[in-house]
Amino acid sequence: MTDRPAESVTGAQSLVRSLEEVGADVVFGIPGGAILPAYDPLYDSTRVRHILVRHEQGAGHAAEGYAQATGRVGVCMATSGPGATNLVTPIADAFLDSVPIVAITGQVPFPAIGTDAFQEADISGITLPITKHNFLVQHAEQIPQTIAEAFHLAITGRPGPVLVDIPKDVLQAATSFSWPPTLDLPGYRPVLKPHGKQIREAAKLIAAAQRPVLYVGGGVLKAHATAELKKLAELTGIPLVTTLMARGAFPDSHRQHLGMPGMHGSVAAVTALQKADLLIALGTRFDDRVTGRLESFAPHATVIHADIDPAEIGKNRVAEVPIVGDAREVITELIPAIQAEYAVGNRADLTGWWRQADSWRETYPLGYEVPTDGSLSPQYVIERLGKIAGPETIFTSGVGQHQMWAAQFISYENPYTWLNSGGAGTMGYSVPAAMGAKVGAPDKLVWAIDGDGCFQMTNQELATCAIEGIPIKVAVINNGNLGMVRQWQTLFYGERYSNTNLGTHALPDPTSLSGAKQRIPDFVKLADALGCAGLRCESQADVDATIEKAMSINDQPVVVDFTVGKDAMVWPMVAAGTSNDDILAARGIRPEFEQEV
Amino acid sequence: MSIHTLSVLVENKPGVLARVSGLFSRRGFNIESLAVGPTEHPEISRITIMVSVEGNALEQVTKQLNKLINVLKIVELEPANAVQRELLLVKVRADETTRRGVVETAELFKAKVIDVGPEALTLEIVGPPAKLEAALKMLEPYGIREMVQSGMVALGRGPRSMTQAALRAVERSA
Repeated sequence: MTDRPAESVTGAQSLVRSLEEVGADVVFGIPGGAILPAYDPLYDSTRVRHILVRHEQGAGHAAEGYAQATGRVGVCMATSGPGATNLVTPIADAFLDSVPIVAITGQVPFPAIGTDAFQEADISGITLPITKHNFLVQHAEQIPQTIAEAFHLAITGRPGPVLVDIPKDVLQAATSFSWPPTLDLPGYRPVLKPHGKQIREAAKLIAAAQRPVLYVGGGVLKAHATAELKKLAELTGIPLVTTLMARGAFPDSHRQHLGMPGMHGSVAAVTALQKADLLIALGTRFDDRVTGRLESFAPHATVIHADIDPAEIGKNRVAEVPIVGDAREVITELIPAIQAEYAVGNRADLTGWWRQADSWRETYPLGYEVPTDGSLSPQYVIERLGKIAGPETIFTSGVGQHQMWAAQFISYENPYTWLNSGGAGTMGYSVPAAMGAKVGAPDKLVWAIDGDGCFQMTNQELATCAIEGIPIKVAVINNGNLGMVRQWQTLFYGERYSNTNLGTHALPDPTSLSGAKQRIPDFVKLADALGCAGLRCESQADVDATIEKAMSINDQPVVVDFTVGKDAMVWPMVAAGTSNDDILAARGIRPEFEQEV
Repeated sequence: MSIHTLSVLVENKPGVLARVSGLFSRRGFNIESLAVGPTEHPEISRITIMVSVEGNALEQVTKQLNKLINVLKIVELEPANAVQRELLLVKVRADETTRRGVVETAELFKAKVIDVGPEALTLEIVGPPAKLEAALKMLEPYGIREMVQSGMVALGRGPRSMTQAALRAVERSA
């Protein structure tokens, strides 16, 4: 590489030049005192589009949505102090879901650091436990190298959030800019290529296993290994499950797909893991929401665990065959190794195993009961939305019942079409993530599926969407309550509904002479106020037409208030802290497994 | 629970100690002792950590440490294959009647008297943890006024150096 001659610039110009060179085409952010110098050259940049959000949390989740939809690094920017601390939630979210984002924050001038100056917060200290790495830039000369390193760290190895904190005086200082800088990360050497001996060992086990399951996690999406995964699955004919973070990594319509495992997984997926004699865990981390009570998870299974992060292997479950490596490289090497095993006659007959899996699938399919009180079924709404919007649509979701239903009742056929907050469970993720996804993939239809609780945490970004021309669509599954919390109150707290009614349907109003009830807020009016089209749907008969109407509006964001019943619950369910063996297919219904292994 | 000694080479950059110590508390590991200082290479520091963990957790803590971007190399120093030293400064009550006894005890442990007054004297004792423990036990009856102890430092026995590989990485990347 030939270095171009250095340009004389300010630190702020150096930052914007660096962002341009590193390929950051979009930055979500809000200016403020300490970051202000950076916004001056940003004003002139033709290569970096800055999108002015309404809350820094929105900037962070938008960067996540952008990153998850495109596979590129998402960027957010905020000022010091409260601007930076408002990024903490999305940074933590990105950390738990391994989303590559870079957060750039202004800091008080270097001499003022540590003096409790106005809008000072030790954001590098605060984000130490929730970033892959962070930097406090001390000299303007370090800016290009730091930005290059931040992007490199965010996207390579196990992806994650990186924060770059830049004091105001460093942004104002005179410096020079040249690109590309040399990376100086001597302690960072992610292992991508798996060990050949481990691959051969794994292949032997995979070929010989009587009851194997491919347990697929989000790492397969991060590694862009979905084509390879399909080859592996079809070569071996092994049943497959995709975790909440891996929905879309393998077509839901494929006959080998048993669904999602975990607390609200399908009976077939959960049971297959429990009865398996071999787990082939690919880019997944044996999260407690998947394993249930760890001691009783997959008790008969030998474990092959492949992950790019060595610390995940053996963290929760001992792996008999640990494989450190990138999921794509691992799968690519596994395929010929398994073929070699087959060639020498090592191939178990999976007919009996499939007979069992099919019987679980047929006996306990995912389903829901239509409410008898005449209220709209939330599952029906989500199911229809999936069908009408189609498999090319990107869906984002908030956290709670609607999230689980969206994971269950939409058929994901393509990778990067399901974006949600899996590890952190961040309410409010949906709308800003949809905004980021739409910016990253403007030709895609983007639907945010949100709850009335989640929606009230971050809907201010609809103003951003309306003004910046980002026509996302939002389906508010409005049951008037914090639905998942209410479900737990129904099941575990004797139906004592403490602080879960949000009043978005209507509350009795004793002060009103008429006793009139009012929706607070009225999401249709709110949508209008935010420059969006607002629609409402309250009956099953209107669902399709309302979705079609929303699909026909493309010049502004659309919000649909699907006013649904409050009593619907998410099933199946493995209650927290119990064994996956105790899964309930529906309330009070424990599956009976006749063919015990 | 058993105590393990980790020798951790890190980049000599601001905040690295906070990253390392923060990781221990955040992941629920107990640090028994910690010592940090420069190495023969100015760009590399060495942190010696004694951690009290069960076998499986040691692997986890090592892997988590390895994920820190500024960590260059980690070696567990087995007591049998390493030299370990701690430094103890201890102020012992010693008047005319007891001073001789204190000094004799000090000599047994090859301790140095580094400060002396009419009522007390201060000893400097260097050695592996067991030696310091034994010395303290012998000195206790005289009355310990106050004491301070360093974290343990340790090096592997034999001619090999763990900084060489780390240094090569630093030079390659620079």
